[in-house]
Amino acid sequence: MVTISSEPLSAPLNVGFDYTRSLGPVLGRFATGLRGHTIAGVRGSDGRVLVPPAEYDPVTAEKLTEFVDVGTEGVVQTWSWNAQPLDGQPLSHAFAWALVKLDGADTGLLHAVDAGSPDKMSTGMRVRVRWAAEPVGSIRDIECFEPLDAEPVERQPVVGDDVTMLTTPIHLRYDHTASPEESRYLRGLAEGKLLGQRCPACDKVYIPPRGSCPTDGVPTEDEVELPDHGVVTTFCVVNVPFLGQRIKPPYVAAYILLDGADIPFLHLVLGCDAAEVRMGMRVRAQWRPRDQWGTTLENIDHFEPSGEPDAPYESYAQHL
Amino acid sequence: MSEVAVVGFAQAPNVRRTPGTTNGVEMLVPVFHRLFAETGLSKQDIGFWCSGSSDYLAGRAFSFIAAVDAIGAFPPIMESHVEMDAAWALYEAWVKIRTGEAETALVYGFGKSSAGELRRIMAMQMDPYLVTPLWPDSVGVAGLQARLGIEQGLWTEADMAEVAAASRRAALSNPDAQLSGETTAEELLKQPYLADPLRAHDCAPITDGAAAIILASGDKARELSERPAWITGFEHRVDTPMLGARDLTTSPSTIAAAKAAGVDGVQVAELHAPFTHQDILLRQALGLGEEVRVNPSGGVLAGHPMFAAGLIRIGAAAAEIRAGRADKALAHATSGPLLQQNLVCVLEGR
Ligand SMILES: [Zn+2]
Repeated sequence: MVTISSEPLSAPLNVGFDYTRSLGPVLGRFATGLRGHTIAGVRGSDGRVLVPPAEYDPVTAEKLTEFVDVGTEGVVQTWSWNAQPLDGQPLSHAFAWALVKLDGADTGLLHAVDAGSPDKMSTGMRVRVRWAAEPVGSIRDIECFEPLDAEPVERQPVVGDDVTMLTTPIHLRYDHTASPEESRYLRGLAEGKLLGQRCPACDKVYIPPRGSCPTDGVPTEDEVELPDHGVVTTFCVVNVPFLGQRIKPPYVAAYILLDGADIPFLHLVLGCDAAEVRMGMRVRAQWRPRDQWGTTLENIDHFEPSGEPDAPYESYAQHL
Repeated sequence: MSEVAVVGFAQAPNVRRTPGTTNGVEMLVPVFHRLFAETGLSKQDIGFWCSGSSDYLAGRAFSFIAAVDAIGAFPPIMESHVEMDAAWALYEAWVKIRTGEAETALVYGFGKSSAGELRRIMAMQMDPYLVTPLWPDSVGVAGLQARLGIEQGLWTEADMAEVAAASRRAALSNPDAQLSGETTAEELLKQPYLADPLRAHDCAPITDGAAAIILASGDKARELSERPAWITGFEHRVDTPMLGARDLTTSPSTIAAAKAAGVDGVQVAELHAPFTHQDILLRQALGLGEEVRVNPSGGVLAGHPMFAAGLIRIGAAAAEIRAGRADKALAHATSGPLLQQNLVCVLEGR
């Protein structure tokens, strides 16, 4: 057994994506209006003016088509105080969330009110739109609302082609934790060891070890140190370039079954012509220089043919 | 159509932070083992599996596929998933059994809320065109609803604090609870606002957790349990996602679901109310009188594992029936901002 800390490894995981959506006739009209400093509502089945406009009535689901422009001032229907704004919110200093019923509208619009402090907020207070510096056709063209006694900010509307698309960047932060079993495996790699574990039910050796054997639903247990050589079970030749590719095609991505393991893992096979790689080929790990090792399988740069005779098909047929 | 009953329920301890992965495996494996020990079933006896979880909460794609590892899905199983609270997964499993496609089902939900910024991640459930771009956080939005009720005289900050204190007292007898203790509304009201008019005690805690329920049909249920909790009503309804276009001081979808499910005469109710004012709102909407015991488990104010908390309400209500403490129980689950979508499950003992 290798003595390794049992605290699971964790690391920041930041995910991001710019969601791009088409707007359609109703939301497109609303977005185009905002960019030009007007606010469009739509008349619902019950005669109410809905702002923001709905494509279909919230109660009857009837298609709505009668647009009604409403005012850029309105009344706070309710509010809450946001003392510590989060990333992406309309203002980076403390503000109120509010439902604002614009003049001529019958429903509340969710947005921020820049009031300075909660004692400046009250239900029924009047507020007006503060437009964004660079309108693009989005709910964010309303920078926020502000009390009527605030100093007005001069902002210019933009006129142009109809707005048809909306891009919303989404960025979320996580603390990603490896399982206890994966953590042992990753710490082993940092010491140049390949640590698998055996399932107590089916006796299969997994590398990486797992919090649950997918066949038996129990955690893998007994540790097995595996050698850094094995056999190619199956492979593919990558001929297509893609974003982030680190090796010039063609090259080989292969499933490699370490000797003594029951589950292969994916790695690169280099050091020979791609056309020479075959099922059953015996390969050996090519480690990076020790001073570059970390808690990652990238410590192994790639696998190379070891020159030994190929393994017979029957020896790995159950591990494909 | 087959009768369906809850015959087993288990949950992981509700905690602020687990060291496990976001695919829930470390929490689910012991939960499944406890359920199998309790019912005498094994995984081969389960006809249908269904889960509830969220990739946005997990921060990775297809986290529910990784969770299937916890089952040990060999030989192959019949399996499904909802990107919602697992109470809705239980609904799907109930339909499967009702229609004769399965005799037993295991339903599970899991959520590691501590992995990301929960208040911010919850903005992803809003309208992606007009609302999510503002990143409205779940606590700030709940404050809008709380103030509407306060200013309309439907509840007070003291009433809300009393809900929190009652939850913590009840949770003293719930070994899986995250928050429990003896406190009073008066003490709680001395705390500062988190998002005026909400204080920390008004908001369900951030909780990592998981839970699972086993359902069985007619004779199978009687064989597995001395007193199964029979599902006699099961309905869910949804309100418009436009927050400004609905009456936020009540819950039309809860009322409609309860009416369809038939909740007259319930003796105990487990309500999925992540904010104290929503507990009061739901009691008012459901017309629950003083004679109905509400949230004997402490409810979600004592522990709120996302995507499992609604399922836990059904498990806790079923536990009241199975222990003989009630003959008719109501479980409620919610999804979406400000009680947008609501599910009511009525359970009875015989
Ligand atoms: Zn196994």
